Amino acid sequence: MKQTTEVDTARKKAKFKKALLGSIPFYLMALPGIIYLFINNYMPLPGLVLAFKNYNAKKGIYGSEWAGLKNFKYLFATNDAFIITRNTLLYNFVFIIVNTVFAIFVAILLAEMRSKMKNAYQSLILMPYMVSMVIVSYLVFAFLSTENGFLNNTVIRLLGKEKISWYMEKKYWPFILVFVHVWKVIGYNCIIYLSTILGIDRTYYEAAAIDGAGKIRQITKITLPLLKPTIIMMTLLAIGRIFYSDFGLFYQVPQNQGALFSVTNTIDTYVYRGLLELGKPTLSAAAGVYQSLVGFVLIVVSNLVVRKIDKDSALF
Amino acid sequence: MNTKEERTFQTFSHIILVLLSLMALLPMILLFMSSITDDTTLIKNGYSFFPEKFSLYAYEYVFKTGPAVPQAYLISFILTFCGVLLSLFVTTPMAYALSKKYVVGHGFLNFYVFFTMLFNGGLVPTYMNYTNVFGIKNTFFGLLIPGLVTNGMYIMLMKSYFVSSIPGEIMEAARIDGASEFAVFRTIAIPLAKPIITTIGLFAGIGYWNDWQNGYVYITKRTELYSIQNLLNRMVQNIQFLSANSHNIAQADVGLASIPTVSIRMSMAVLGILPMLLIYPFAQKAFVKGITLGGVKG
Repeated sequence: MKQTTEVDTARKKAKFKKALLGSIPFYLMALPGIIYLFINNYMPLPGLVLAFKNYNAKKGIYGSEWAGLKNFKYLFATNDAFIITRNTLLYNFVFIIVNTVFAIFVAILLAEMRSKMKNAYQSLILMPYMVSMVIVSYLVFAFLSTENGFLNNTVIRLLGKEKISWYMEKKYWPFILVFVHVWKVIGYNCIIYLSTILGIDRTYYEAAAIDGAGKIRQITKITLPLLKPTIIMMTLLAIGRIFYSDFGLFYQVPQNQGALFSVTNTIDTYVYRGLLELGKPTLSAAAGVYQSLVGFVLIVVSNLVVRKIDKDSALF
Repeated sequence: MNTKEERTFQTFSHIILVLLSLMALLPMILLFMSSITDDTTLIKNGYSFFPEKFSLYAYEYVFKTGPAVPQAYLISFILTFCGVLLSLFVTTPMAYALSKKYVVGHGFLNFYVFFTMLFNGGLVPTYMNYTNVFGIKNTFFGLLIPGLVTNGMYIMLMKSYFVSSIPGEIMEAARIDGASEFAVFRTIAIPLAKPIITTIGLFAGIGYWNDWQNGYVYITKRTELYSIQNLLNRMVQNIQFLSANSHNIAQADVGLASIPTVSIRMSMAVLGILPMLLIYPFAQKAFVKGITLGGVKG
C-alpha cells in the first residue's frame, strides 16, 4: 500500500512538474500585464493607510504618525461629507433612471426602423460618446457663456428676457449636468439594448402580427418583457458603481466654479481638489477610503444579486 | 404589414431620431461656426450658427503665435500611437494566457486581474505611488502610464474572445507539429483575433486621445508636455496662456493686443475634436462591436 501511494505521489509530482513547465511560456506572456497591474493597481493599496495618518511630507506616508480615525471624524464633522455623498448618490440615481428610459426608447425606435437612415441615426447619436470631457465643456460653454453664449445672445434675446449668469446660478446645474450626461452616453447605452432586441426571435413578432397585435402591443408585450433581464443587469451593475462619479463631467463641465460646488461637488471632485488644489491629502485620502470601501461592498453585493438572476452576466 | 399604424410609427420614429441626431450634431456645428467667425462679430452677437462675418484669424493665430499648439498636437499623436501599441502589447498576451485553463495557477491569475475591477485605491494612493516611487511627474510617462495601459475590462473582453472564437483544435494541431507556444500565439491566435485586437486598440486609442486627467494631475511644470486636451483645459482658465507661453520672438507682431479671445477657444476645440471625427466613420463598426461585446459588463 505504502509503496503505491509513494508511486502515486511521485507520478503526481512529475505530472505537476510537466504542467508547470508547460505553463512557463504563458507566465511569460502574462508578465507585462502582471507587472502593469501590480504597479497601477496593487502597489498603491498600502498607501490607503494615509487616511489614518498625520501626513508629514518629509517623513512620507509610512513614516508619518498615526492619527487613528481623526481624519474620518474631521471629514464627517464637516458638511462636505454629506454634500458629496448626497450629490454622488442622487445624480447617479437620476442617471440610472433617465438613461434606462431614454436608451430603451431610442433602441426600440432604431430596432423597428425600416429605412436605411437607421445606421446614420445610430452613428450620429453615438458620436458624443467619442468626445472628450474637456471638449464637452467647450461645447457647453458655447451655449452657456454669459457674455458670448448662444443662449444668452440668441435665445434669451429673442425672448426679450434678462441675460442669465449660467455659471453662477446653481439652480440650473442639476438639469444641465443630467442633460449633458444623457447626451453623451445615450448612444452607448442604446447600443446595448439594441443588441438584445435584435437578438429576439422575429417569429414572435410575426405570430403576434398574424393574431392582429399592432406595433405598440408588440412592443409592450414582446420587446419590453424580453428586455427585462438586460434592464435588471444594467441597473444592478450601475448600482454597484453608484458611489463613483464621472470626474470629468462634474469637474470640467461646470468649469470648477466655486459658486456651484454645492450642486456639483461629488466624492471624486472632492478627493481631487483636496489633494491637488487645497493641499489636504489626508482628508482626500479619508474620502477616498470611504469611497473605495463602500464602493467595494456595493459592487460585491450587486454582483451577488446579478449572479442569482443570471450567472453569465455577473462579473464573478 | 403596411398598416396605418405602421406608417404612423415610422414617421414618429423618424421625427424623434432626427431630433436626437440634431441634438448630437448641433453643438459641434455651433463650435465649428464660432471658430470661423470674426472675433468682433462674436463679441457683438455671441456664438452663433449663422455668423455675420467669417474669419480664419483664430486658426492663423493659433498656429502662428508660437509652438504651443502644434507641439501639443504632436504630443497627442505620439501619446496615442505609443499608448495603443503599449496597450495591445500588454493586454493581448495576458488575455491569451488567461484563456488557457490548463495553465497552473489559472484561477489565481484570473483573480489577480479580476480584483482590480472590484477594488481600487483611488486617486490619492495612486498619485503618491507614481510621484514618490516612480517619479513620473512632469515626464512623458506621466501621460502614458497611469490608468490607461490596460484594465480588467480590456483583458476580460479579449480573453473571452480567445476562449469562444478561436478553435482550440487548430492550436492543438500546430503544437503537435512542434510549434512553440509563442509561435502558436503569433501565427494562429493573433491573426484570428484581429477583430477584438482592433476593437481594444480603438478603445485604448480613444482613451489616450481624449485623456486630460493624467496631464492635469502629473504635468504641473513642464507645459511643453501638454497634450491638446491639457492645453484646451488650461485655456479655460487662462486664455493668455498661449501667448504667455510663446517664446517665439520673431512672431512678436502677432502680439497680445490682437488675441482673438472669443473665437480662439472654439478653434482649438475644433482642432481637438477633428481627428476623432475623421476616424469615426471607419472606426464606428469596431466601436459598436466592442460596446456590444463589453455590453452589460462594461
